[in-house]
Amino acid sequence: MTAVDLRVAQRPNAPMTTYRYDEYDAAFVSERVAEFREQVRRRLSGALTEEEFRPFRLMNGLYLQLHAYMLRVAIPYGTLTARQMRRLADIADKWDKGYGHFTTRQNLQYNWPKLVDTPDILESLAEVEMHAIQTSGNCIRNVTADHFAGVAPDEIEDPRPTAEFLRQWSSLHSEFSFLPRKFKIAVTGAEHDRAAILVHDIGLRIVKNDTGEIGYQVVVGGGLGRSPFIGKVVGDFVPREDLLAFLEAILRVYNRFGRRDNKYKARVKILVHEKGIDEIRAAVEAEFAAMDRSAFTHDPEEFERIAAFFAPPPYESLPATSALLRAAKLETPAFANFVDVNVGAHKIPGYAVVTVSLKPIGGVPGDATSDQMRVLADASERFGFGELRVSHEQNIILPHVKQDDLFALWTMLDAAGLATANAGLVSDIISCPGLDYCSLATARSIPIAQAISKRFSDMSRQRRIGKLGVKISGCINACGHHHVGAIGILGLEKKGQESYQITLGGDPTFSASIGEILGPGVTAEQVPDVVEHLVDYYLAEREEGEAFIDTWRRIGHARFKDVLRREGEDGADI
Amino acid sequence: MALISDGRFIEDAWRRLADEEALPKTGKFIVSLPRLEHAVEVLGPTATFGVIVPNTTEPSALIAALPRLDLISITFPAFADGRGFSLARLLRRAEFKGELRASGRLVADQYPHAIGCGFDTIEIPDDLADRQDEEQWRAALNAYSMSYQRGYAGRGSILDARRKAVRS
Repeated sequence: MTAVDLRVAQRPNAPMTTYRYDEYDAAFVSERVAEFREQVRRRLSGALTEEEFRPFRLMNGLYLQLHAYMLRVAIPYGTLTARQMRRLADIADKWDKGYGHFTTRQNLQYNWPKLVDTPDILESLAEVEMHAIQTSGNCIRNVTADHFAGVAPDEIEDPRPTAEFLRQWSSLHSEFSFLPRKFKIAVTGAEHDRAAILVHDIGLRIVKNDTGEIGYQVVVGGGLGRSPFIGKVVGDFVPREDLLAFLEAILRVYNRFGRRDNKYKARVKILVHEKGIDEIRAAVEAEFAAMDRSAFTHDPEEFERIAAFFAPPPYESLPATSALLRAAKLETPAFANFVDVNVGAHKIPGYAVVTVSLKPIGGVPGDATSDQMRVLADASERFGFGELRVSHEQNIILPHVKQDDLFALWTMLDAAGLATANAGLVSDIISCPGLDYCSLATARSIPIAQAISKRFSDMSRQRRIGKLGVKISGCINACGHHHVGAIGILGLEKKGQESYQITLGGDPTFSASIGEILGPGVTAEQVPDVVEHLVDYYLAEREEGEAFIDTWRRIGHARFKDVLRREGEDGADI
Repeated sequence: MALISDGRFIEDAWRRLADEEALPKTGKFIVSLPRLEHAVEVLGPTATFGVIVPNTTEPSALIAALPRLDLISITFPAFADGRGFSLARLLRRAEFKGELRASGRLVADQYPHAIGCGFDTIEIPDDLADRQDEEQWRAALNAYSMSYQRGYAGRGSILDARRKAVRS
């Protein structure tokens, strides 16, 4: 019996979509909830001071924000089932204000929970095999992966078994729960990077060597924040059997030598930058060589067991193209636009990958109401084997939809306000919560995103502009990834006023680059003007097939600076 | 100071020697790191002594003395400074068999981490012990039945349990 058969025999009704807990996982998560319940009780009794409680509540996803607590729920590698999505909706209704916010790390945030309710929320999550473990704090954070995992035509291997393997290894790690700073890992198994692995503390790229063996290219020291860095290769080909030991070696070097004197210099990127990648590589290799690797002996059966959960769903044999789809597109132009922009290729003939945008024109990027979550859960069950994904662009993906079903799906989404056809376009903006919620923020982000989105409300104009990543952060911590936006916007505070710094040329993929500053900061009101000027200049200058970033790379930053200066003389005061 | 061992507050049989104090002839005592070399030199093979070290200590600085030491106490300058956990692991890897002690303002919730990394005992200031009593330390010790990591002390490994379940 194969691992897949075994699992089907054990859980005949389980959807074939994502990892399912066994008795050990279930016991671990429920012990974690019980522990947190006690920690909350001890905090309230005074046994734990706020300072002592802090790292433990953070490691359970609970932040203290500007107006209230915020609970960040882990959605490991961005994959969730319809049942889990419904539970997220129920929690939003019962303990929050009827909505949730999907984040750039494939998580979900509730902005208004009460401290005393959080153990009950965590218990409710545990019932559907979810948790908020290590979504915050100075530990190994929730592991993220390509949101098109398992369905992308350019994939070498599904990254999710690796990510689940790492989720388990990193959960409540005895040695690495009090690191100098947070530690984020992302995995991709494809030729195109959709997981931004070069701007993570560790990025893993699944590769095949000359003999066809699967291994990992290991990148370390990438990151955004106030000092952005592109990660550097620390291991060119780490065989799967050595992966855990190799990661453990990196973490041990970081835990011992990462800076603890200044929290802004405590990420591993600073260690790599200050020591140099060669010294870090030597230290990691020495540690790896000295380790007792018997504890990490690769367990292929365990990896197989995990991988079996991500087996493909039972696809039908279909023709590569759908006559129904073609007819519906001709009939309904709005649907045709949706398909052209939000629907991507699937590795199985006759299927498609659908991006459901959480960026309606003028809306809050990444927010979904509980009703919308339920519609998404229903849609995934009707049209996509009950599986959903969260992308780091803060959208929802239905990864396996029959092309024949696309029109029915679109009709359903459209009725729920979920059919905005802007995936990857200028209004598909990544934004942090900013000053509206966050205590770290120095400026508002959401209203800026809304203003830009409204400025480009003409969808045919958006399609003409094409792929363009606009990313907004409300402070230098860069949660909105502005450094890697083709157009990046950073909200700062200058003399009590919000001031927005614009950067151009950022790229989060394998051709990663950090955006360059365009000029002096502008006011909130000016941001949409500036973005519009930049876009118009690009449209005037672009050559056939060029995206914004291609044109910028070809003609250079100075030309874009010039055009803004000229526009400034025309009265735009930039 | 209070000392926790096996989930209980116990009497400390060890005495921390002030740097100006002469090395005693008998009893269990702990010297500071700068005095270690001298202590190893002058003390007879039957002397029972240990050393207290900062969490930034290179294990190589202790290797020569390891067979002579009965206790190593690693200081935690702040409870959230996790360097001591890695140092403990490295000392266990170097086959230190004596008592490994974590000394500082560790909170009860870190007990399983400390045990996992090879510590035997935790030494905390009295004001902390007043707030976090024996019951809380014992509860922390028993909060989890198993862990996901292999090769760490204390609890059994989930990976091993799964393997055993499949094979039986």
